[in-house]
Amino acid sequence: MAATRRYADVEPGTELPVRTFPVTRETLVRYAGASGDFNPIHWNERFAREVGLPDVIAHGMFTMASAVRVVTDWVGDPGAVVEYGVRFTKPVVVPDDVEGAVIEVSAKVGAKLDDEARTVRVDLTATSAGQKVLGMARAVVRLA
Amino acid sequence: MALDQSFVGRSYPPTAPYEVGREKIREFAEAIGDAHPAYTDPEAAKALGHEDVVAPPTFVFSITYRAAAEVVQDPELGLDYSRVVHGDQRFAYVRPVRAGDRLTVTSTVEAIRSMAGNDILDIRGDVHDELGELVVTAHTKLVARAAAEES
Repeated sequence: MAATRRYADVEPGTELPVRTFPVTRETLVRYAGASGDFNPIHWNERFAREVGLPDVIAHGMFTMASAVRVVTDWVGDPGAVVEYGVRFTKPVVVPDDVEGAVIEVSAKVGAKLDDEARTVRVDLTATSAGQKVLGMARAVVRLA
Repeated sequence: MALDQSFVGRSYPPTAPYEVGREKIREFAEAIGDAHPAYTDPEAAKALGHEDVVAPPTFVFSITYRAAAEVVQDPELGLDYSRVVHGDQRFAYVRPVRAGDRLTVTSTVEAIRSMAGNDILDIRGDVHDELGELVVTAHTKLVARAAAEES
């Protein structure tokens, strides 16, 4: 695998560029089709309210997929991800309007794990509407 | 009702092979809005050392979740699928999933716990390629919310 980010150039605390990801109802319909997850809480407002949600919510796996883009774009090779995990703490609520919702993701190098394997742990923070939507979000990546 | 602890350690037979296609990877990458060329351009993927276009890291969940659903819907386990929400998700990769892979998933129940009336189920999905080599392991935590919370 060929990351372009060099292990020698990063330190614990190195911050990755902050990114924002817009999510509209159209985004969710498209993700439902591509992923095969057709749970109606992600596209049917009536159903979402019936099961106690405030509105339609984004797929947790969409949020997880968006957050790791901060890491893969920084590393240069999506194949350099060795490990990636999250906890789904709060739903991303997506209203039926043109703006929809926004997921904001920041990340920093938490630790350099292995000088020989050139692996680092990146700690991620993802919020939407001021709420933390992912917990314990961490990726381990192999750098150049 | 607490779930049957004897399910811990139980493995399910491997799923039928899922063939990873270039266009399915492209569709998924477009759905998450990720324009990285390694997902769509074989030459760009090769330049990074991959045999063919690779899939975004979370792509494999579509395959492992289908396998996990078989566990969740096992009538012997007796979990109420309509109350299940996704708690945690973690992947450990040996290599990225790539176009041309024929993947099978073997699901194992790793843990069953009961907390505040919620049933918590940890399922591990080991994903192997057509040569029998491990590609990625998915760890999925599912939470079946207590029925009383719904009223």
